[in-house]
Amino acid sequence: MTVDQSCAAPDQAAPLPASVDLEKETVITGTVTATDGTVVGGAYVRLLDATGEFAAEVVTSPAGQFRFFAAPGTWTLRALSRHGNGDTTVTAVRGITETGVRVG
Amino acid sequence: MSRDTALVSADWAEKNLGAPGVVFVEVDEDTNAYDGGHLPGAIKLDWKTDLQDPVRRDFVNKEQFEALLSARGIGNDDTVVLYGGNNNWFAAYAYWYFKLYGHGDVKLLDGGRKKWELDARPLVKDVPSREQTSYSAQEPDTSIRAFRDEVVKAIGAQNLVDVRSPDEYAGRLLAPAHLPQEQAQRAGHIPTAVSVPWSKAANEDGTFKSDDELRAIYAAAGLDEGKDTIAYCRIGERSSHTWFVLKELLGHSSVKNYDGSWTEYGSLVGVPVALGDEPGKA
Repeated sequence: MTVDQSCAAPDQAAPLPASVDLEKETVITGTVTATDGTVVGGAYVRLLDATGEFAAEVVTSPAGQFRFFAAPGTWTLRALSRHGNGDTTVTAVRGITETGVRVG
Repeated sequence: MSRDTALVSADWAEKNLGAPGVVFVEVDEDTNAYDGGHLPGAIKLDWKTDLQDPVRRDFVNKEQFEALLSARGIGNDDTVVLYGGNNNWFAAYAYWYFKLYGHGDVKLLDGGRKKWELDARPLVKDVPSREQTSYSAQEPDTSIRAFRDEVVKAIGAQNLVDVRSPDEYAGRLLAPAHLPQEQAQRAGHIPTAVSVPWSKAANEDGTFKSDDELRAIYAAAGLDEGKDTIAYCRIGERSSHTWFVLKELLGHSSVKNYDGSWTEYGSLVGVPVALGDEPGKA
């Protein structure tokens, strides 16, 4: 396994790395869309824990995608963009949990 | 130091784009952001390839730093304005670095890339060419850098501030939640360290909170202003953000960044580790 010594956001459009074990990881992924349904690239998506505390932030891909490696439980996704802001709550389980965030 | 000398606003930056003697520098781990559009006239520094030693686990030494700044056209007398993504984590890390090597006038752009983008301020793809300089750095100022032995000695004696997310502090996660959960051998935190996530110091748009708000946050966490402080995170960039707040904005006298941070401490043999949401005992 390569160890990526960084805290920067990886490319949000890239496929899941082969080293990611979905038996162990809890992946929250989805797309940010505007009120008219168009995808919003370059949006800032923050993952907040059950107490509202910041956990991580990524910038969406040109197709509006984001991805987090979290833990099972309740999380809030908050998106900031030039088109407006929005948030949604998600209950994540081990493996992949998909959810969208609407901004505007 | 204070907010007036250490920080500039986006408005100030936009007015001073291209001003003589002012160099804007984008610092990121992923320089794709710079390549896709940056502040007009800004140059880039890559957190890893430019600022880290390629072989040893350490950052570039004085000679490497001098060669880097000379090649990029930064002079000793220039005002360097740093900004970047990730809420200025890497820009704050570079700021710490410029201070460590004694640069005279260095500032952070409040809000970094995020506020600039959300404000819809101008971004360009043109890469400026700057004339080579002959940069001369000072010997590293280790009064702002902590190493592992002094971190172990600080347990129960000095302020230790863990600036990672609460789940990383408690040992429920090993890395920030946008990264796969790998890295240190053990999860948890340094015993007696208080948890003050870096994000407490920042507004949603990436700007720093007011001095009064910041003072209240660290006072509520139990930081004793009469003691020295060491901040750490996972690899030392988020803790640079908190180091900047405590040292440069609030003016605390002795604040060090432990850049070895949890990836070093959590892999050391024989050191104490605390689990859970409480600081734990020395």
